[in-house]
Amino acid sequence: MSEERTIRVEALTRVEGEGALHIRLHNGNIEDVRLSIYEPPRLFEALLRGRALEDVPDITARICGICPVAYQMSSVHALEAALGVQVMGDLRALRRLLYCGEWIESHALHVHMLHVPDFLGYESALALAKDHPDEVNRGLRLKKHGNQLLDVLGGRAVHPINVAVGGFYRLPRKEELTRLIPDFEWGLQAAIDAARWVAGFDFPRFDEAYDFVAVSHPDEYAMCEGPIRTSDGMVIDADQFEKHFREQQVPHSTALQAVRVDTGQTYLLGPLSRMNLNREQLLPAARRLADDLNLEHPCRNIFKSIIARSIEIVQAYEEALTILRDYRPAGVPRIKYEYRQGEGAAATEAPRGLLYHRYGVDAQGLVTEANIVPPTSQNQSQIESDLRNYLPALLNRSDDEVAGACERLVRSYDPCISCATHFLKVSMDRGS
Amino acid sequence: MSHKPRLAVFKFASCDGCQLSLVALEDELLALAERIDVAYFLEASSRVEPGPYDVALVEGSITTPEDAQRIRQIRRDSRFLVTIGACATAGGIQALRNWADSAEFLRAVYASPEYIHSLATSTPISSHVPVDFELRGCPINKQQLLEVLVSLLGGRRPRTPVHSVCLQCKRRGTVCVTVAQGIPCLGPVTHDGCGAICPSYNRGCYGCYGPCEQPNLESLSDQCQVIGVSRETLVRSLRNSFNGYAPEFRAESDRLAGEEQ
Ligand code: SF4
Repeated sequence: MSEERTIRVEALTRVEGEGALHIRLHNGNIEDVRLSIYEPPRLFEALLRGRALEDVPDITARICGICPVAYQMSSVHALEAALGVQVMGDLRALRRLLYCGEWIESHALHVHMLHVPDFLGYESALALAKDHPDEVNRGLRLKKHGNQLLDVLGGRAVHPINVAVGGFYRLPRKEELTRLIPDFEWGLQAAIDAARWVAGFDFPRFDEAYDFVAVSHPDEYAMCEGPIRTSDGMVIDADQFEKHFREQQVPHSTALQAVRVDTGQTYLLGPLSRMNLNREQLLPAARRLADDLNLEHPCRNIFKSIIARSIEIVQAYEEALTILRDYRPAGVPRIKYEYRQGEGAAATEAPRGLLYHRYGVDAQGLVTEANIVPPTSQNQSQIESDLRNYLPALLNRSDDEVAGACERLVRSYDPCISCATHFLKVSMDRGS
Repeated sequence: MSHKPRLAVFKFASCDGCQLSLVALEDELLALAERIDVAYFLEASSRVEPGPYDVALVEGSITTPEDAQRIRQIRRDSRFLVTIGACATAGGIQALRNWADSAEFLRAVYASPEYIHSLATSTPISSHVPVDFELRGCPINKQQLLEVLVSLLGGRRPRTPVHSVCLQCKRRGTVCVTVAQGIPCLGPVTHDGCGAICPSYNRGCYGCYGPCEQPNLESLSDQCQVIGVSRETLVRSLRNSFNGYAPEFRAESDRLAGEEQ
């Protein structure tokens, strides 16, 4: 007699965007594991065609309300590559500062509002706040600092308006930035305390032989630039990305999977990959903290992503403070460029992992082609592979417990389904 | 009210930026949660309660037949329905497809033809069900969201200003970027709500709060053409405004595009 068992999470909660989880077992064997995405796509790559290249960072920001700066940064770097210009010096530092604001805001949102409730057994941060008001308030304050930085430097926290191809529309005044320093000094310490708190949680046992992939830079914890590195030693420039990573059909599934071309295997993006590949480049306080917390190097337990994310909040505060203190407004807000026909690609580190953009532009400054590969659509196949490996140990539990445990694993990725949906070959079934 | 009002937050085609404004009320969030029962908010809570709801916040535009059905059910379940943001209120940036050959558009991204029919247009919530209040912006202003929630808690109808960004610049004392630098700006025809941010950062308003009350678009177009902005660029700016499908912006971009031919 054969026995069918289906486990479903119809609506994933505490993740960005809407998706579902379907697991099908036959006689105790895993037949299908699907992280399905039922948000309708918004077709960004198509609607970018024919737009003025200056409008691209404003448009791509709207792909994601949680990480708009990541979309803006990958856009402007790719367009600048197409135009043959490079933003350096103070403008480059300000871009890093803006990205720090987004890392703080996005990571604090995920760690404190969406993820911590899993470890302490609550349905939400609102419920958690009844018993742990100080911790929740601390998380909210960290998140607020990130937003304040985006407000000042970007003009507003969601969909900043100050990012331009070539730099910024306006440089911040000195006092606009120095005003933030006292809060950021408090925040640095609070972020360290928060990371210690988080590192003390109980973590499910899990150990995967991940292939870590991240942007890397010899002199800094990579955000906006640097070659793409993998844990088995491959190093490529961003414009080689499409040669080495691709989405392909696999036999056991109808969905496309993101894999490395040479190994045919899935790979992992995000804070854990960055921490494992770029730990040497952390600033002193963040690096000391990683050592103090005894975070394995490399750490291969996806549930501990929350620790990596918390250390990255510390890193972002530390870096932001340095830039805030050193800032002297000087020079032009953005460098000049001439239109020319060309193509350019860039990869930057969105809070959730590597975000790749490529654009073609014509001699009139219009976009002829756009290709965007967000982190969650690349991680999707790694998530499914993790679930397959995690499930066998859970099978003697009830359906609800299995579903809950799997949802926790998915949440560790901080998936952003709103981003992924525009590019994935979606399955549109809302549960049915 | 004897019970705490029940709040639900729903998402359609969107970026999540507007619903996150609720969580971005870092200073007010916990106090708000004392007075409101957050009954359905997938992004923030694993508690999922069925309707009816007192207030529904709806983000995103309608792009599929399934979603057109889902919004009807949400309407039936909700006493006061508020659309939040340009996607829900005007169709959003994804409404650019409404002008395109959508089949071609889809092929650019997807190989699977089965979505072609379902994704031909992106339309605002009000094209499908009656809406009680519309909050503008891409993204919405979180203070305005707070104002809406607090008004509803107090049993009042929410109010938000209807004047233009242009007027807000005058109030802030921002030097006009069009007059002083010849930068094209949608401020004279755009609804305030952002606080006139763009001109204070030395760029023109790009219209993300949509048309203000009785916008004089023709005169703006004439003015832009005086400062040397091509008709093509104007059509593009109106359609790229994240509110391009709002009736006033749509009519003007269609008029200009018609003249071009
Ligand atoms: S209106 Fe803008 S910010 Fe709001 S959901 Fe739509 S794209 Fe995002």
